[in-house]
This record gives sequence, C-alpha cells and structure tokens, in this order.
Amino acid sequence: MASEKNTALETEHLLHHEHVHDHDDHEESFVSKYIFSMDHKVISRQFLITAVVMAVIAMTMSVIFRMQLAWPGEKFAFINAMLGDKWGKDGILDPNMYLALVTIHGTIMVFFVLTGGLSGTFSNLLIPYQIGARDMASGFLNMLSYWFFFISTVIMCGSLFIDDGPASGGWTIYPPLSAIPEAIPGSKLGMTLWLMSMTLFVVSSLLGSLNYIVTIINLRTKGMKMTRMPLTIWAFLITAIIGVLSFPVLVSCVLLLIMDRSFNTSFYLSDIYIGGRPLDNVGGSPVLFEHLFWFLGHPEVYIVLLPALGITSEIIATNARKPIFGYRAMIGSMLAIGFLSFIVWGHHMYVTGMSPFLGSVFVFTTLLIAIPSAVKAFNYITTLWKGNIRYTPAMLFSIGLVSSFITGGVTGIILADSTLDINIHDTYFVVAHFHIVMGLSAIFGMFAGVYHWFPKMFLRMMNKKLGYVHFWLTFISAYGVFFPMHFLGLAGVPRRYYTNSNFPMFDNLVDINEIVTISAIIGALAQGVFLFNFFYSMFRGEKAPQNPWNSNTLEWTTPMANIHGNWPGELPTVHRWAYDYSKPGKEKDFVPQTVPLEEGEHDGGGH
Amino acid sequence: MNFLVILAIVLLIIAGHQLLRIIELSRGLKKTTEWHVTDSDNNMMGKAMLAFMVLFFGFFFWQVNRWIDRSLPPASSEHGEKYDQLWDANMYLISFVFLATNFFLFWHAYKYRGNSKAQAKYFAHDNRLEMVWTVVPALALAFIIIFGLKYWNEITEQSEDPNKVVVELYAKQFDWTARYTGKDGKLGSTDYRQISGGNSVGMDTADVVGYDDLLVKNEFHIPVGKEVELQIRSRDVIHSVYLPHFRAQMNAVPGMVTYFKFKPTKTTAEMRKDPYVIKLMEGINKQRAKENKEPVEFDYTLLCNKICGASHYNMQMNLIVESEADYKAWLAKQKAFKTVAEKK
Repeated sequence: MASEKNTALETEHLLHHEHVHDHDDHEESFVSKYIFSMDHKVISRQFLITAVVMAVIAMTMSVIFRMQLAWPGEKFAFINAMLGDKWGKDGILDPNMYLALVTIHGTIMVFFVLTGGLSGTFSNLLIPYQIGARDMASGFLNMLSYWFFFISTVIMCGSLFIDDGPASGGWTIYPPLSAIPEAIPGSKLGMTLWLMSMTLFVVSSLLGSLNYIVTIINLRTKGMKMTRMPLTIWAFLITAIIGVLSFPVLVSCVLLLIMDRSFNTSFYLSDIYIGGRPLDNVGGSPVLFEHLFWFLGHPEVYIVLLPALGITSEIIATNARKPIFGYRAMIGSMLAIGFLSFIVWGHHMYVTGMSPFLGSVFVFTTLLIAIPSAVKAFNYITTLWKGNIRYTPAMLFSIGLVSSFITGGVTGIILADSTLDINIHDTYFVVAHFHIVMGLSAIFGMFAGVYHWFPKMFLRMMNKKLGYVHFWLTFISAYGVFFPMHFLGLAGVPRRYYTNSNFPMFDNLVDINEIVTISAIIGALAQGVFLFNFFYSMFRGEKAPQNPWNSNTLEWTTPMANIHGNWPGELPTVHRWAYDYSKPGKEKDFVPQTVPLEEGEHDGGGH
Repeated sequence: MNFLVILAIVLLIIAGHQLLRIIELSRGLKKTTEWHVTDSDNNMMGKAMLAFMVLFFGFFFWQVNRWIDRSLPPASSEHGEKYDQLWDANMYLISFVFLATNFFLFWHAYKYRGNSKAQAKYFAHDNRLEMVWTVVPALALAFIIIFGLKYWNEITEQSEDPNKVVVELYAKQFDWTARYTGKDGKLGSTDYRQISGGNSVGMDTADVVGYDDLLVKNEFHIPVGKEVELQIRSRDVIHSVYLPHFRAQMNAVPGMVTYFKFKPTKTTAEMRKDPYVIKLMEGINKQRAKENKEPVEFDYTLLCNKICGASHYNMQMNLIVESEADYKAWLAKQKAFKTVAEKK
C-alpha cells in the first residue's frame, strides 16, 4: 500500500478511480482498519483519543499539586488514593513528587496534548479533506507517526510507576539538575525514560510534519490554489515547517544531554561538586543547553498556537456567516509569526548570564511578534463585526480563544522587555502569561475543532446543551485559575515552590491560592461534561447530516461514511476561495468551494 | 466502606443510563434535531457573552482592588525606582489594551448574535483598517523597546564605581553563602576540587588573597547608598539569585561567574516604618495569627528562583540593609576564611 500511495502521489488525478474500487472490494480486518491503519481519518481519531487520555492524566496531576499549594500540609484521601503511600503518605504530597508532577504535567500538556494531540488530530483529519486529496502523501509514514507517538506516551506514562519517580527537573529539564542523578531522584531512571520518550516523540512529529508539507504542496485538487486554501491548511503548513526546522535541534540538545548523563562528556557540565565529590567534567556550560532547548522551545509555542488559530479562523468565519476579514493579512501574519518565532528564543534567557547585548537583540525581535499577533486579533474581531453569529459550542470556544489570546498576549509585552523581565522572570506572572496565551488558547482551539468536526470524525452530532455547559464552566474557571496568578507574580512568588508558607514572605497570599485551586477543581470537573458528551455522542449521538454547519470547505462534500479515498467518484474541483459566506446576490448565505464562479464574479473577497 | 462506594457508583451509572434512555426516547417522539442552533440559543449565548464581559471586568477590578496592595513594596534600589516607573507605564498601557480589545470582542459577540432573518455583511478586507492596526501597535512597541533598552543598558553595565561593595553569593543545594572581600578589597580565587567540610565554597587554599575573605551564612548585610556588585556562583545545579525588593535577579550557573549590580536606597529599619510595608505586614501577621504562628517583622529576602531540587522552596536567606557605620561594625565581627579553616 505504501508504494501504491507513492504512485498516487505522482498520478493522483488519473489513477484514483481504480484505487478506490480496489479498496472497496476487499474486507479489511479489525487490526488493519482500526489499529495499524494508514487511513488519515482513523489516524486522526487515534491521535485525538490518545490526547484526550493524556489530557485527563495531566489535568489530574495539576489538581493534585494545586491542592498542595492552596492547603499545604493538609491531608487528602484523594492524594493518597492517587499516589499511594510512597508519594502521598497520609494524603500529603511528597516534595519530590510535587516537582515530578509539575514536570510531567508540563511535558504532557505541551507535547502530547497540544502538539501531538492538536496537530496530529486536525492536520490528519483536515489536510486531505480540505485540499481534496484521497489521503496523506504517505499513509505508511503517517501510521508510523502515530505509533511512535503512542510508544512515546507509553514510555512517559510508564515512568510514573518506577521506583525513583519520573523526571522532576521541570519540563525545560535544565542541566545540571537533569544531568546528575545525585541532584534529584527524578534525574535517575525517570530522566532517561523522559529523554527516550521525547526522542521518539520528535520522530513522530517529524514523520507527521514532512507528510503534511508534502501533502499540502503536492496533492491539492484541481483549482485549489495556495491562495484558495482555507486558513486551517495554511496554519498546518506553517506549523509543520516550523516543526521540521526546530524539532531536530531538540534532538541534538537531548542527545548531548544523554552523552553527559551516560558517557561522561562535558557539554553542559563544569566545576560541579555534588554528592560529596567533585565531578571530572570541565568546560561545558548549561547556557549552551538553554540556547539549544529554547531554539526549539520557543517555536514550539507557535507549533501549539498556530493550528488553534487556523481552526478558529475557519470556525469564526463559518459561524459569523462572513468571510474571514483580511485573508491575505492572516496568511502574512502567520508567516511573519512563523519566521520571527526562530529568532526570539533568547527572551527566555535574559537573566541566565547570557550577554546583555544579546538580550537587547532578543527584546527587539520578540516585541516585533506583537505586531502580526495584534493584526490577527483585530481581524478576528472585525470578522464578527456585522456578522450573523450562530453560537455553536465550537463558536463559543473560538471566541474564548480570541479573548485568551488577547489577555495572555498583552502580558507578553511585559515579559519580552528584558528590563521588566528581571523581576518577574520565573514567577507566577510567567505561569499566568503562558497558561493563558498558549495553554488556554490552544486547548480552546482544540475543543472548538472537536465540536466543529465531530460530525466528520464520528458521523454523529455532539450534544449542544452539554457543549454550552462545558464551555461556560471551562471559560469561567479557566480565568479563575490563571488570572489571579498575575497577582502572585506581582508579590514576587517564584514558580515551582512546593509551598509558599515555609517562610513568612508570602503568608498573606493564601486566599489567592485558594481561589486558584478551587477554580482548577471546578474546571477539572467540568471536563467530565465534555468527556461524557464526547464518548456518548460517539455511539449514541444524533446522526450527522451532510453539511451541518452550512460550510464552504471540501470536507463537507464527502459522503458521511468515512470511506477510503474520501470521495467515491472523482475528486471535487475547486472554483473559489473558502470564505464566500453571505455573498451579495447569492441565494444562500454560503457558496461551497466547488460551485463555479458566475460570469463576472470575482474570487477571493472582491465582488 | 469500599463496597459501599462501588455500590453507589454502580447505582449512579444505572440511574444515569435510565435517564439517558428517557431523554433519547422523548427525543425520538418529538423528532427534533437537538444539535441545531436556534434563534433563541443565539440570543441567549450572545447575551451571555455580554454578561460574561461584565463579570470578567468586574473580577479584574475586584482583584486589583483587593490584591494590588499585596504586590512587592516600592523598589528599594536606585535602578528599581526607574524599573517601577517603566512597569507602571507598561502596565497601564496593556491594561487599557486588554480592556478595550476584550470589550470590542464581547460587544460584537453580543451585538451581532445571529437570527434566521438577518444577513451578515460581506466584508472581506480593507487595507486602510489593516494599516491602522499594523502601524499603531508598531509605534507603541517602538516606545516600549526604546525605553526598555535604555534602562536595560544602564542596569547591565559593568560597575565602574571604585567604592563599590563586592559580595559573592555562592549557591548550593539548598542554601546560600555570602563572601566579602576583607581588608584587601579582593576576593580570593576558588577551585571546586578543594571543596570540603571546612571549605564549603571551594576557596583556593594556595591563594593568600583569599585568607582575609569573610564567609557569612543565614543572613548577610549591605550598606545603604553604596553600589553593591553581586558576583554569583553555584556549586552544583543552576540556582537563581532573586532579590525581589530590589528588582534584582541573576542565575547562579555552575562553571561561570555572573554579575548583578544595584544601589540600595532604603535600610531595613526604614522599610519597617514605611506605611506600605506596615500594611503589608499586617496582612501577613493576620494570616499567621490564624495559623497560630508568631508575628514577624519585615525583612529583605534573597530567594532561589530556579528549580534546584526537593527543597528549592526553602532556599532563602535574609538580607539586612543598614547604614555604612553599622555595616562596617557588623563586618568587623565576621570571621576571616583562614581563621575559620584553621579552627576546623
């Protein structure tokens, strides 16, 4: 089948017909259909369900450490039940386990949920559908991409059960803490597993990204010019390019760390005395690690964010019944963000001992990113202006995304300023900032995508009322969790402290911590509504009609049947851009991309 | 007990299942499409967006009103005063942008809530508008960059003050040691291989310059009104020197020396009489009384602000700022390295 797909790549338009019939003819076994599937739709669902499971794990972790932060020293049966007597003796969280939970929560959320889960689900689902292709360029590599992802999640989760506990040096795993087993128990076997898991994750990400890029460039159907692609596809394309260029740097960064850990090299280590003896390592520098790590780490933020922005662009236009405002400006701003994301990594390092002059260069490049970001935010708002907004749960989450993108974005201006960063670096102000701008925005985008394309994935509709309940509980509790954290930062509270009440300085902040934790618990329970709706609707939801949202894009022209090859007959031909909503002089308020232009009709926003 | 919990869960599942059956059956009877968004849904959600905005902005001002006084006190260092001005200017700017843009977002979400009779305006782009929201943020950012970098250069310039006080802060899991120069005004060289119980910061015992160096734990002192240059080292992992009251922070990185300079402007005693600090301490002591802990007085604190291991949360040291005379008297009482080492 791999070679078949390669042939298909070259002669897609001529040969597809026969291929489709080939596939229809033979019955597939359960294993090849649902487990080792090469079908982009199945792989997309595999990514989604894995990500949902991982998200539940990471969210439960956050509830545990939030309970410790709000009520330090209190005994909770819940903590004991979750962590057992070793890590949660008498229901009190162990300090090393606290750090481990913070570390694995961050790792899972950033990489497994918001990178693998978000890109893996929606790039796989939407790229072939929205550009009019039968499948990904290479179904086989696509399958490998999922299985590398799966193995890496298994290793990461497995590391939770080992004797010394999982990696616990923070998700940024700065050496020497992560390099020396004596420094922290999590840097023993747990760190080794973390590094293995991340390496496999990068393999998965690269296989996926290369596939997305090749598919978008080569397999667009007739008439699907680059300037007619939905913004989702643009976002996935730019994300994939960023991933291909930045993830390999993480591998080299991790590889050098593995060498330092296991083969006594000194890339990151020098002049260290630990565990009662001086180490032999001389000449390395942890600052080198920080440079390499953040060379991926910062683009990673946009790898997480751009797909969410692409998804919302599509959903906001569809549900406002208006063309997305400034289609080309949206593409331009995504390209600008993608480019700039590679030259801003130093803003994580203003106070690391890096040359202050270098710091000032990064101030300049970082603040430049605010410009395309502002353009995007204003374009979203203008898209709503004089719209005819239909409030599906997906639309609610999309508006939630725009709000969190603004709210979290503006504090980025403070953090990008090296001077102001001095006093809030590594405080809760930072935690508030990135959770709102990256965490909330990306997860809102993911929820929006799930509600919007659920009918395409599972051929059934999700329950609307439960969707409403889920949105409002999530939206309100999310701001309840992360907004007060700014004030903890203003009081100078460092992040990753096991408790803030060990010395007097932060004693007056107890009520802030309680509000945060209570909001987090409500927010976590609210996800139960989503999980129920998700799994219930998968089996018992109402049958989905052909085009439930009256949308223009190609995925809604395929039969509601999840067939191999996506379209039973010929591939559709595209005649116009994706955003002809409420175009004057048209009978309906949407004109699918497959409808030919009338005589004298302009494409792409002119009329 | 466990049995009862399991039984309750099983019963809940059965009850839930029955409830769902009822809902499904009644849905079948009515033949409605539940997922379809009606005009009344749009109306309700649009209004909810507006209500949320009121709630959200209310929450914002409630928090500012309640918690802004718990922020760090006004800066106690010369550059910190400028830092605070820059902070305020930026904070007002972003608060305005935050409120204005969120207002437009939610207002539009409310105003243009749809209904089946309405028609959206086909409005795909407008170059003038897009120019406005490219140029205006760019101008605002230009100001932010220019002022930010001006202060940044001043703060990070190497100290050239001949009368500066040099203090080395030495970090290890999980405490700090301060080292002062002694009479010769110079810090002795170090060698991490010589670290031992009696030589915890790794003084090079062959270097006579270091013999008069003074080593201090638990609490260190600096004089008010003089430039202090911190030289920062670490023994094991990355730590971070964080002196929030002075708006000062710099990582402690094994294998290298990092620097941060500042000029303290308020003594610890002055701070304890400052009305802002008094109010802050009232809040702290009120909470401590609730937890049956002793009341405390204000102290400057040096915190570790880079994850460094299990006791990261407990790696701090008090700092006393005092008059130069008091400082010198305190310094005279500290023991020099050589006498410390000889006694061990």
